[in-house]
Amino acid sequence: MSMAQKQFYYEDVEVGLELPSLKKDPSTQQLVKYAGASGDFYQIHYDKDFALKNHLPGVILHGALKNAFLGQLMTDFAGELGWLRKLSVQYRGMDQPGTPVTCKGKVIKKYIDGGNHLVDCEIWLENAQGEKTTPGSATVILPSRHAAG
Amino acid sequence: MANKYVTDEARKQIGKVGEARTIEVERGAIRRFAEAIGDTNPIFNSDRDARHTRFGGMVAPPTFGRSLSAAIPDVKLDMGESFRGLDGGSDWEYFEPIRAGDRITVQTKIADLRESAGRLGPMVFITTETTYTNQFGQVCAIQRSTAIRY
Repeated sequence: MSMAQKQFYYEDVEVGLELPSLKKDPSTQQLVKYAGASGDFYQIHYDKDFALKNHLPGVILHGALKNAFLGQLMTDFAGELGWLRKLSVQYRGMDQPGTPVTCKGKVIKKYIDGGNHLVDCEIWLENAQGEKTTPGSATVILPSRHAAG
Repeated sequence: MANKYVTDEARKQIGKVGEARTIEVERGAIRRFAEAIGDTNPIFNSDRDARHTRFGGMVAPPTFGRSLSAAIPDVKLDMGESFRGLDGGSDWEYFEPIRAGDRITVQTKIADLRESAGRLGPMVFITTETTYTNQFGQVCAIQRSTAIRY
């Protein structure tokens, strides 16, 4: 996100709205950086020989990195005035570096609870073939044009 | 049918709590994490830019807590040495931002142990719950993650 990115308000959002998608093109170098930053040094994420010996097609993305990508999808959508309240992801399929992945989502419900303007979304990360390797869900609190502050 | 691995005895491990660890959140660690995941949002990258937002300074991206080295309690199951493991996924709830300079206490407990029949034999689902609490006693986030053994 950049400072100039659009801030969504609760009133702007309708059920069915597609969230601005987020494309990522992870490299093996990014997996190494993520291993270092997160402390997850399981070798299937950067050591090809190790991955092959473990019956994998090659090194694979950390599920947690895909979790982080989907987190970015949602903090971008919530914007500076919003708040990511819940984020769920299920790792169903493997993704490999060198292949782009795209985070997508759509609004499935909007409601007010406890004075908060809430928006539930179905989210997922899909591979270049359009297969949803990492489905999930998220809830954000959006600012309201009618609420003071 | 009775569970092969998640026996009544094994289920006594539900509620087991790992060692609590308190870690000071460094600016550089947040920035490195944001860089690693490729998130250029100024609130995760620049104190100067984040200062003028409602957060008043740099905060951590949603999954940053993973870098805080939670101590996961050991789960003993009679599966031998040759079982395989998978990360099933995570559910996060967020209550307060984790800020640069916070001292976050991380603690993980075993929240659930389940077994189901899979195509390759019994699959065991271990659900852990990690709580991230700041120096004021506010819970910033709760992370429930599922590890699969088969």
